Amino acid sequence: MSADSKNVPMIKMSNVKKSFGDKHVLRGVNLEVQKGESLVVIGGSGTGKSVLLKNILGILEPDEGTIEVDGEVTTHVRGRARVELMHKFGMLFQGAALFDSLPVWENVAFGLIHGEKMSKAQAREIAIEKIQAVGLSSMVADLFPAELSGGMQKRVGLARAIATSPQIIFFDEPTTGLDPIMADVINDLICQSVKELGATALSITHDMASARKIADKIAMIYEGEIIWCGDVKELDNSGNPYVEQFINGRADGPITKHSDYARKKTA
Amino acid sequence: MPIAFVLNFLESIGHSLYGLFASIGRIFIFALKAVSHILMPPFFARITLKQFMDIGFYSLPVVGMTALFTGMVLALQSYTGFTRFNAENAIASVVVLSITRELAPVLAGLMVAGRVGAAIAAEIGTMRVTEQIDALVTLSVNPFKYLIVPRIVAGTLMLPVLVLIGDIIGIMGGYLVSVHALDFSVGSYLKQTYEVLESADVISGLVKAAVFGFIVTLMGCYHGFNSGRGAQGVGAATTNAVVSASILILIFNYVLTQVFFS
Repeated sequence: MSADSKNVPMIKMSNVKKSFGDKHVLRGVNLEVQKGESLVVIGGSGTGKSVLLKNILGILEPDEGTIEVDGEVTTHVRGRARVELMHKFGMLFQGAALFDSLPVWENVAFGLIHGEKMSKAQAREIAIEKIQAVGLSSMVADLFPAELSGGMQKRVGLARAIATSPQIIFFDEPTTGLDPIMADVINDLICQSVKELGATALSITHDMASARKIADKIAMIYEGEIIWCGDVKELDNSGNPYVEQFINGRADGPITKHSDYARKKTA
Repeated sequence: MPIAFVLNFLESIGHSLYGLFASIGRIFIFALKAVSHILMPPFFARITLKQFMDIGFYSLPVVGMTALFTGMVLALQSYTGFTRFNAENAIASVVVLSITRELAPVLAGLMVAGRVGAAIAAEIGTMRVTEQIDALVTLSVNPFKYLIVPRIVAGTLMLPVLVLIGDIIGIMGGYLVSVHALDFSVGSYLKQTYEVLESADVISGLVKAAVFGFIVTLMGCYHGFNSGRGAQGVGAATTNAVVSASILILIFNYVLTQVFFS
């Protein structure tokens, strides 16, 4: 490995803009995630966190700016090249997004069978390994997603995200809708599986307990821009009034003065 | 005041026309994309086979019942009409020609639009809303190949098979009523049926069926894939899939008939 390839960030977004009609969701996002690092993007609802992830994944295409993955510009990659690129990624969705027509093990093995063309028997073995790795019994393998609780579905979603041993894993609000104990269990599983894979992690959340637990670095998105980015240890001394209001969950502050919250109050 | 009213009126017409053409364009691009994915590997054989069962085999009861009762009522109705001109002998030909050329493909298409088109739109729409389609993308699987191609292929190939079976059942329905209720002789009814039927009648009906099968599954996939958010979005997608498929079937039925028999 040459010296400079070490310094190439795994994900780099430069001035990424995305609008839907006259709604400007991303207004020039600059963000870097280094290899092996876990970055958590925090921000209120509707500030463009999900759109940010979907732009990197290519589910949405940015209007302006560039996105680089592992030093390669991927902003407008489509078709088969995009499918190839997706091998690098794994993602845990907010609602787990399990395929309800398939049993649990086939959900976990999906990327192995269809993406990597592995034989079903072999994929099932790996799937059951991963199901056990997220703390579920192998009995669960033949159940259907609808038969599982929300916490179990999240675990299966995590198992599916890590099954293909991706280099980059995205976590979309991993703890939303879970009780505090289950949320912490999921946080632990995320830390553990990211460490085991040596993967780069990018998460979005508004759960501060979760953010503090899984992050190396934290970035805050506000009105479509990254307004603060720093080490998780610096979070409490950020000196940024927006960040301070958000992490302390106060109703009074600069965010509520001129934003959705204020508009909702007057409406 | 009257001028403002007229302008408003014109504006709303222009707006709907603009929307209509935009939708036609989007559907056309969607169809082209689907067809290009049909031709390019990888293929999902097992999933396509499952769609053959869902769309073809499980539609048999609905299509069979429709054809049976249509054939029966056709014999009864033409009997009441034709006796007034002493033309009872034409009943067999009316039944066999209307069934094969017109009624079996169109009615089967409409029934399948209700049964299959709605199911496709609801399923794919729910997958869109619950991010399962995005999940496919992150697992290196193209949703067009995995979700849309199998359904369109199955619909286009299975509807002709359904219609062929419907042809047979429909003609049999007309035969049963004519022979058992209207006292026709078995021999002369069958002889007339054979004499008047040409392979072009059946084949044109089957070509129509293939087109209708494509339309039904395409509309189901398109509206499901572009479903709005939440339960309401999926509901609207389902309605739109059935309504647009039904209307397109009727329009294309006329166009194809014009092409075949002019």
